[in-house]
This record gives sequence, structure tokens and C-alpha cells, in this order.
Amino acid sequence: AAANYLLCTNCRKVLRKDKRIRVSQPLTRGPSAFIPEKEVVQANTVVERTNFLVEEYSTSGRLDNITQVMSLHTQYLESFLRSQFYMLRMDGPLPLPYRHYIAIMAAARHQCSYLINMHVDEFLKTGGIAEWLNGLEYVPQRLKNLNEINKLLAHRPWLITKEHIQKLVKTGENNWSLPELVHAVVLLAHYHALASFVFGSGINPERDPEISNGFRLISVNNFCVCDLANDNNIENASLSGSNFGIVDSLSELEALMERMKRLQEEREDEEASQEEMSTRFEKEKKESLFVVSGDTFHSFPYSEFEEDMIITSDVSRYIEDPGFGYEDFARRGEEHLPTFRAQDYTWENHGFSLVNRLYSDIGHLLDEKFRMVYNLTYNTMATHEDVDTTMLRRALFNYVHCMFGIRYDDYDYGEVNQLLERSLKVYIKTVTCYPERTTKRMYDSYWRQFKHSEKVHVNLLLMEARMQAELLYALRAITRHLT
Amino acid sequence: MEKMSRVTTALGGSVLTGRTMHCHLDAPANAISVCRDAAQVVVAGRSIFKIYAIEEEQFVEKLNLRVGRKPSLNLSCADVVWHQMDENLLATAATNGVVVTWNLGRPSRNKQDQLFTEHKRTVNKVCFHPTEAHVLLSGSQDGFMKCFDLRRKDSVSTFSGQSESVRDVQFSIRDYFTFASTFENGNVQLWDIRRPDRCERMFTAHNGPVFCCDWHPEDRGWLATGGRDKMVKVWDMTTHRAKEMHCVQTIASVARVKWRPECRHHLATCSMMVDHNIYVWDVRRPFVPAAMFEEHRDVTTGIAWRHPHDPSFLLSGSKDSSLCQHLFRDASQPVERANPEGLCYGLFGDLAFAAKESLVAAESGRKPYTGDRRHPIFFKRKLDPAEPFAGLASSALSVFETEPGGGAMRWFVDTAERYALAGRPLAELCDHNAKVARELGRNQVAQTWTMLRTIYCSPGLLPTANLSHSMGKGGSCGLQLMNSFNLKDMAPGLGSETRLDRSKGDARSDTVLLDSSATLITNEDNEETEGSDVPADYLLGDVEGEDDELYLLDPEHTHPEEPECVLLQEAFPLRHEIVDTPPGPEHLQDKADSPHVSGSEADVASLAPVDSSFSLLSVSHALYDSRLPPDFFSVLVRDMLHFYAEQGDVQMAVSVLIVLGERVRKDIDEQTQEHWYTSYIDLLQRFRLWNVSNEVVKLSTSRAVSCLNQASTTLHVNCSHCKRPMSSRGWVCDRCHRCASMCAVCHHVVKGLFVWCQGCSHGGHLQHIMKWLEGSSHCPAGCGHLCEYS
Repeated sequence: AAANYLLCTNCRKVLRKDKRIRVSQPLTRGPSAFIPEKEVVQANTVVERTNFLVEEYSTSGRLDNITQVMSLHTQYLESFLRSQFYMLRMDGPLPLPYRHYIAIMAAARHQCSYLINMHVDEFLKTGGIAEWLNGLEYVPQRLKNLNEINKLLAHRPWLITKEHIQKLVKTGENNWSLPELVHAVVLLAHYHALASFVFGSGINPERDPEISNGFRLISVNNFCVCDLANDNNIENASLSGSNFGIVDSLSELEALMERMKRLQEEREDEEASQEEMSTRFEKEKKESLFVVSGDTFHSFPYSEFEEDMIITSDVSRYIEDPGFGYEDFARRGEEHLPTFRAQDYTWENHGFSLVNRLYSDIGHLLDEKFRMVYNLTYNTMATHEDVDTTMLRRALFNYVHCMFGIRYDDYDYGEVNQLLERSLKVYIKTVTCYPERTTKRMYDSYWRQFKHSEKVHVNLLLMEARMQAELLYALRAITRHLT
Repeated sequence: MEKMSRVTTALGGSVLTGRTMHCHLDAPANAISVCRDAAQVVVAGRSIFKIYAIEEEQFVEKLNLRVGRKPSLNLSCADVVWHQMDENLLATAATNGVVVTWNLGRPSRNKQDQLFTEHKRTVNKVCFHPTEAHVLLSGSQDGFMKCFDLRRKDSVSTFSGQSESVRDVQFSIRDYFTFASTFENGNVQLWDIRRPDRCERMFTAHNGPVFCCDWHPEDRGWLATGGRDKMVKVWDMTTHRAKEMHCVQTIASVARVKWRPECRHHLATCSMMVDHNIYVWDVRRPFVPAAMFEEHRDVTTGIAWRHPHDPSFLLSGSKDSSLCQHLFRDASQPVERANPEGLCYGLFGDLAFAAKESLVAAESGRKPYTGDRRHPIFFKRKLDPAEPFAGLASSALSVFETEPGGGAMRWFVDTAERYALAGRPLAELCDHNAKVARELGRNQVAQTWTMLRTIYCSPGLLPTANLSHSMGKGGSCGLQLMNSFNLKDMAPGLGSETRLDRSKGDARSDTVLLDSSATLITNEDNEETEGSDVPADYLLGDVEGEDDELYLLDPEHTHPEEPECVLLQEAFPLRHEIVDTPPGPEHLQDKADSPHVSGSEADVASLAPVDSSFSLLSVSHALYDSRLPPDFFSVLVRDMLHFYAEQGDVQMAVSVLIVLGERVRKDIDEQTQEHWYTSYIDLLQRFRLWNVSNEVVKLSTSRAVSCLNQASTTLHVNCSHCKRPMSSRGWVCDRCHRCASMCAVCHHVVKGLFVWCQGCSHGGHLQHIMKWLEGSSHCPAGCGHLCEYS
């Protein structure tokens, strides 16, 4: 089962010139296209632990590629699988096939064929009606109504208002009850975020897809073969600046450590003025505008993108309005929606209570997962040990929230600038906002000295930060609907 | 505000007056604090920081502390506190981690005094020392608590909460050096202000963040904590280990908790999400709040008692941008709306009910209950030794027990166990069941079975002796009917068209006849019921004591004459079910009876209608020497089943339904059948007749019922070697490829019924183990355990 790969525009040009070149077999094997297989291989105890977890919590009952990559962080894997298992299999307001269909709808927003295929199987296995897989026209109106919120949540969660919630729950033939809606929202946010992880970590299609049931999509990776060849010959305009050699990257790491130390000390003596602080957030927000998502080869306008994709027609049957995508939060100058003040609606105080009230116990599982990923550390940075990485983790988490317009009063956004280099910002923005455009080159270009497991940790942080951001917006809207 | 009542309290010279009132703020409030003179309140929020004077009729804005051209984040307040010693001193906690102090005595417009920028994250709480003028404590999201001396530029000491976010800090009112802090992970710590290196004591108070705490103003060492787990707990810290004394369960996460002045057991709470009300609880009555303030339209974020010695004024700020003064007198009291009466049946037919104490006392004083002679029931009153409460409502609980071993439902169990429902020809089944019923003294039921046999079975001789003694009241007509049928049955078969036609014609004339006489019968029946009024009245008189207690509260029933007629229909059945009706004449129609709580036998009262209609038929048909098609009776049988079910004897209805099968099924609608089945199964399970219930489920044709024993039929087995679940097959472990369940006797794999000892966990084939244990009392595996098989 060979996976097909998309061709980047550059390669396509080459191909057009020279018809003889064939698309080669994927060069990497193992669970991820980005991470060499041997990196994912674990010590025996870990493998045992992972197997145990898979047995306990996996819905498919087998070790899939996502789990394999995540097993680099077993502690986290456990809370991830537990919450995922809870929302898919345990007591909840929605019937099982619904849950998988919602997962499909969520994954389809990012054209994540990996997740779609996975849940198409599960959907059928749990007794879903096969006809639904023909597309949205075939599903009950009730599910179709979820489209709007799926779209907004995936790309511009700040646009969700209590009117959207009201529209869904108002009494009528196809209304959603609040617990059902919360369940659906949790599922949507989970799978949007998981799509980020899948693309961000270059998860390979499952090696042995079961006998095709006709609804599976052709497994297509969004990476071009030229990415996989790890061939840096192709000149990359936008990234050339960060194209260090080995020596450079070593000093790059040293520089980062140095900056972290300086920031820590700076805190003690010099304080930025208040105005300065608030402008820094705005600046960071604005700057994220100019962080071009994807490299130049992939950042073509969407229309062209769509037309070139063989799979969009397949995926788009699960979504409406495929052109709707992330729009920079800062760009909408005219409307000027207020910044989401993190302190006014926090996960710990507000989000948790609401979600737990309407969909019992999921709050605890999500809470544990968020805490876990935020506090996870091995006190290492690349080759260095005994490093306090709190600052770095916080910067990553808050930068993601910043792109969704969530501001922390007690955070100095200047730190983001200091700690996150440009190539990393490009990567973060792509993974969280346009995950389908992630390439191996982007993955490789930041933090060259860091271990793969550390980069997976970054992906986990990005995923959870994104999920929390989406949940916060959705739950705030529900709270407003309730009051 | 329609609430205009006014309260004046004299407090050591100063007088507090006011009314329930509210004022609109420009922005949502995050916290409020009261000046010690009880005449001013400060409101702080993300974009508001104002001082209001509390006047008699209204709030008057006195000062806006939010000055300056650009709103700084330092002014975005998460918390505010007013010094209780110094009227000019305030402190705020900003969301960006800055602690600011304010001096109202400053001549300039900007009252900002000092700025402490030591916290890295949002400061959640600030607290002044209750007696020391210059000591300020802060707790922050970054996991540190800092103690500031206002005469110095930076903190005096830092207390570390091990990187857990601090949600609240409170100085003890009684112990000079002590303060409590609460954490996001559910812990509460006690610190000595002089020892910043480690906390004096730590314990887990809640599941999830502890949002707030408050020291009791009078009782040393009492600390109230409120958490996200929707609980308020009161701890006694004077003992060696913190002891949970009270626990109040609220409906939403608890954001603030404040002890009520002068009321030792009262505290006020407000919640962080969903619930907008403020509650005042008596911690000894954790289920119903003592008072409730419902003025706010969004979550309440700050509460404060106006004066430390006045329990009647509560101030609150809310996210709905309003500031309120609540008067305790105007509070709504859920207790008043609560229904202090409750009634419930126990598993074994016990009846418990609680009613207002005053009512119970009055009743029992007036009319002590004397045991009912005719009912084998034992009444016993246990008065709950309730705490002597100053509370508004207290109820007394009474429990009526059925006499142990009274065998109230013995007949039901016997019948269920002995009835034959399938597996034999219809005639035999009917005979068998009739015999069973007769042996249990249920003659009418026996009669019915016999009649069913007659109707549906091929002609055969019936021992008439069965019938003669089986009839109760309307016996004579019944006998007549049966005899006439016997005659017909023995007659040669019918077949000719004309006969059929004629019989049809007869049927028509019958209906007419039947109608007229049916009314007649009903009248008769009524008369009979009336005739039996005397015992019924007698019964009522006996139970009046309790029934009055139950109904007196209802204004409709307070009339002294009325209860009797009401009780006849409603109140009586409550007791009637547990009573084993002696097989004597009783004519109480249980109108409100549902098959579910059946048990009252359908006695003689039922005989009249059934029998009379039959007798009518028999009269008309005795003239013709013909046999009616069985279909003819299906209507009557249907009515009979309905009748039994309505009488509460759903057992009969279901048994007949099963025995007759297809013959009657089509006449009764699916839903009714299903209802009967489920009721009967429910009853059987209550009597632990699992086998019978399963048989009924199996024999039922209703899909909804027969799927009952197809649910949760999976038995999960773990491998005895590797302890992993065995997924594919129950006897071979996929992982260690060993056969998990071996028979200890024959050493073969057990694939079917497996029995094992719960003591030594050895076992094997059911048959083998049974045989083994007949001969030996030791475990067949040789482990020396003395296994028992029961």
C-alpha cells in the first residue's frame, strides 16, 4: 500500500519538463514521515506500557501511528488516550456513530485523510449508516447544522457568538440539547487539534489499511517527495535566512539558552512599562501576520491549491464552504473584535465548570491533559540537562493563544520574540492555523539541535493549546447563551 | 425594587440603616470590599475601580480611583481589600501580577501609593493583617505568596507553594502569626508568617482548585473553604489533624465564602459559573440554604458583610455590572417553599413518611393509633432524634414496618414458582394452574383457569366438583354457566352453515341482552359495594390518624368531613397493598392502583361482572345445542385479562397471556402486553424470583421484553497467568497461549459452565465439581482448601 504524495509546485514544474520522472516510494518508513523510524523505537518497558494503554483505551485495538509517535511521552499518552477513549466510547449524550462522524467532519476541515480514514472505519464498525459517508447531503439535518460551528471553530473561533449556540439549541425538530452540543464541541476541538498534530508530526498513513470499504480516501500525504528526500538543494527564499549549518545551529542553541537566562535575570531588575507590555501583545499579534504560513512553494492562494488537489473533492463532501480558512486575528482592523482576556474566562475557573456540568467527567480528563502537557518536562534542552524549560513552554502555549486572539495580562509578549525564532514561528503558525500545509522542511528548519522527542513535545503543546483556545471560545459562547 | 422594608440596627452607638437596593456600575465587578465604618464600599474590576458611599436609599459614587490618560493593566483588578484598621488604606491585586496600595489620604487626584511588581503571574488575592497596620499578604498564580511591609519597598518574605497556583490567602483573625492559603490542586496550607521556609500544615481539602477560604470570626481555628467541586467545607484546625466538621454541597463551583457575623453557623457563598444567586447556609443543614438572594443577572463575583457585627446587611458585586445591598429580611427562604413532607416505600413494603413536627405532634396527641385488628401489619413509629434547631422547618420521620415474616405476598411467590407456563398441552397447563391456585386458596383464579380450559380446549369431561366449591359470591350463576358449557362441549361437533348463521344471529341478540343485563349487574354490584360500606368505614376510621397527617397540609383536605371520601380513593391503597387481604369479602375498588404495585388479590368484587356476563350467555345459549368458535370468547377473555391487570394481579394477566399464546395475543395491543410483562418481571425481580422472571422474559413474544435478557450478556475474563483480558475466546489466552480455565477434576479445558471456589479460586466443570464435592470436602486441586458448594 504505497502512499501517494502531493507534488509541490516546484517539483511539478520539473515533472512537466521531464515526463520520465516517476513518483518514488516514500523514503521514510515507520509511523512518521518526519521522524526516522529508529527514533520512535522505545525501550522495552515503555513499549509494554504503551501496549497496555492501547489495549485499555484504543478504540481500534491496535497501535496506530499517532500513538506510536506520542509514546515518546508515555505520561502524556495516557491522559490523551483516556480522554479520547472517554469521548468516543464511554457514557455520553451522543450515539457512537455520531461521535465518529463528527470526528470525520472535524478532520475534513483540514483535509486530514489519515483521521478521516480512521474514523470512517470506526463509524461503520459502530453501526453507522454507510450512506452518510457519501457526504453531507446524506446526513440528518441535525448533523448538518453542526457545520457552521465546525467551520468557525476550526479556523476563526473568535467569531463564535451566542447566536450560533442559540441557533443550534433552540427548540425545533433538529435541535441539539446542551449536553449533546458540548459533547460535539469537545469532539470537534479535539479532532481539529489532533489534525494539527498529525500534520505537524508528519504521521504516515497506516501501513496495512483493512480491505477498502469504498469510503476510504486515497491516502495522500501533503509532503512532496522533494521534502522527504531531505534535499536542501532547492532554494527556499523565505527560509534562507535561517538556513544555518551545523555550527550555526549549535550556536543557535547556545544563543537561545543565553536569551532564556537573560530573560530570567532581567525580570529581577528591569520591568517594562505597562504601555510597553500592552503594545508588545499587539505587536506580536500583528507580527504573526507577516509570518507567512508554509514555504513559498505551498503558499499559493487557496483557489489554486484546491484546484490542484485530487483529494479535495473526496474530502469536501464532509464540509461546506471549503474556502473558509484561518484569517489573521489582527488583520480584521475594521471590525475590531475585542481581544479575549484570558483572565476573564479561564479554563480552570470557568471552562472546566461548564463542560463538566454538561458532560460529566470530561472536565477532569481534559483538565488533567492540559496540566500534563503544560507541566511535562525532562529538564533537558537538546544536549543540555537541568534546564528549566517553563519559560519556553509558556511562550509556545501563549503564542498559539495569541494567534487566536487570547491575551494573558500577566505575560510579557516580548518573551515570545526573544525565545521563538522565526522559523519556529512559521512552523507554529502553519501547524496551528493551516496544518495541511506543513512540510518536512518546515519541521526540520527549526531547532536543529533538538531531539525529535522534543519536537514532538512541541507538537503536543501546540495541539493542546489550540484545543484549549477553541474550547474557551465555544464555552464562552455557551456561557453567554446561558446567562 | 419592590422590597422596601427598612432595618435599623444599633451597633455600639453607630446605627446602620438601609434597604435592599442596587446600583448600576459601568463595568463588571471582580471584587468588593467594605470600609470599616460600614458606610463605604470599594468595587474593583477589569475596567472599574470606584468607591461608593452606602446611603440610606441608594449608593452614591464617591471616588473614581481609575485615573490617568491611559488605562494601565495595573488597574485591571482581580481583587481588592480595604484595611480594617486604617480607613485610608486599600490594596488591589492586578491581573498582570502587580500589587498596588492606595492611600485615600493623598491630596492629589491619583491615590496610588505603592507598586509591588514581584509576582510573575496574576495575583489572585490580597489580604491585610487584621490588626497590624503595615502587613499585606498576596497570593499569585505563579505559586508564591508574598508578605509586604508597607513601610518598605519590597516584600519581607516569600512563601512557596511548590509551583501550584495560589487562589486565596487569609490571615487568621485569632492567631496573630497564622495565615491560610488555598491552591489550585485542592490543597490548603497553614503558614506561620515568621517561618517562610515551610508550611506548618498541609492537607487536601477539595477535589480540584480551592477557590476561597474564610476564618471564622469567633471560633478559633474554624476555616471554611470552597472549591470547584461545588462544596463548602468547614474545618477544625485546632485538632492535630484538620478535621472536616461540616460539608455543604452547592450546585455550582464556589467562588467566595464569607462567615455571617453574629451567627455562628451561617456562611454566605456565591458561585463562579452558571448560578447567579447568593446563598446563606446554616452549615448544620447542608441541603437547603437558609436564605437566598436572587437579585443578580450574572455571576456574583464579590460578597461582603457590611459590618462585622451586623448579620443583616450583605453587599455584593457582580459580572452583570451591578452593586447590591441585600437585606437579610428580604431574602427568599427556600425552606419556606420546601415541602417538609415526604413519603416513600421501602424495599420490603415498609412505609416511611416525614411530616411537619407540629402536625405530627398534634395528631398523635389527639388520636393515638391502635393497631388494626384485621390487618396483619405492625406499625411502629420511630421518632428521629433531630437536632434541636432554630431552623424554620423541621419534620418528624415515622416508619411503618410490615410485620416481619408476615408473608404478605406469600401467595404471589408460591404462585410464581408453581405455575406452569409452557411445555405442556394447554389443557394440562390450565389444570395444573387451577390446581395451584386452588391450593393457595385463590378460588376465583382457579375458576378462571378452569374456564379457560373449557373455552379453548377440545371437549373433555370436567370434574364439576372443582367448580361447586370454588365460587365465592356469585357462585350460583357461575356454576350454572359451567354446567351449561359442559353440556355443550359434550355435544357432537357443529359444522353446518345454517347453524353458524344462527349462532351469529344469536350473538347479536345476545349483545342486546347482555347490554341490558350488564347495567343491571353493575347496579347490583354497586349495591353490593354499598352494602359493604360498614367494614370500609371501619377501616377508614382506623387509619385516619396517619391519613390526616398526610393530607392536612393540603388546604383542600383540611375540612373535617371531606377526608373520608378522598381517602377512599387515594389514601387507602397506600396501605392496602402491603396488607395481605384475607380471603373474605372485600369490595374496595383500587382505582389508583397500577399493576406495578400489585398484590391485592382480585377477589370477589371481580366475580360479579365476569360471571354475570357468562351467566347471561349461558342462558341464551343453553337453548342451542351448538358449540361456539373459540374466537367468540376472545373479547371476554381480553376483558378478563384487563380486569385482572387493573385489579393489580398482573401475574394472572401475564400467565394467561403466556399460556394461551396466539389465541389471545392479537386481541390485546402490543403496548399493554409489554406493560404487563415489564410490571410482572419487575415484581418477580423484587421477590428475587430470577428464574421465573427469566422464564417469563423468554416466553414473552414482545420484542422489547425478550431483548431484556440479551443485554449485557458478556462475561469478561482475565487470563489467570498474565492477568490480561482474554478478548477472543474465553478459555485460551492470546498472549501467553495457555489455556486459562482448566477443570481441577478432569484437567481439561472448560468451555461451558465453569464453577470456581471463591476461597481458593480453583474450579472446573460444574458437573465434575458437584460430583467431587459430594465425596470430598477438600478442593480437587489439592490446595487443601475446604471448598463449599451451595
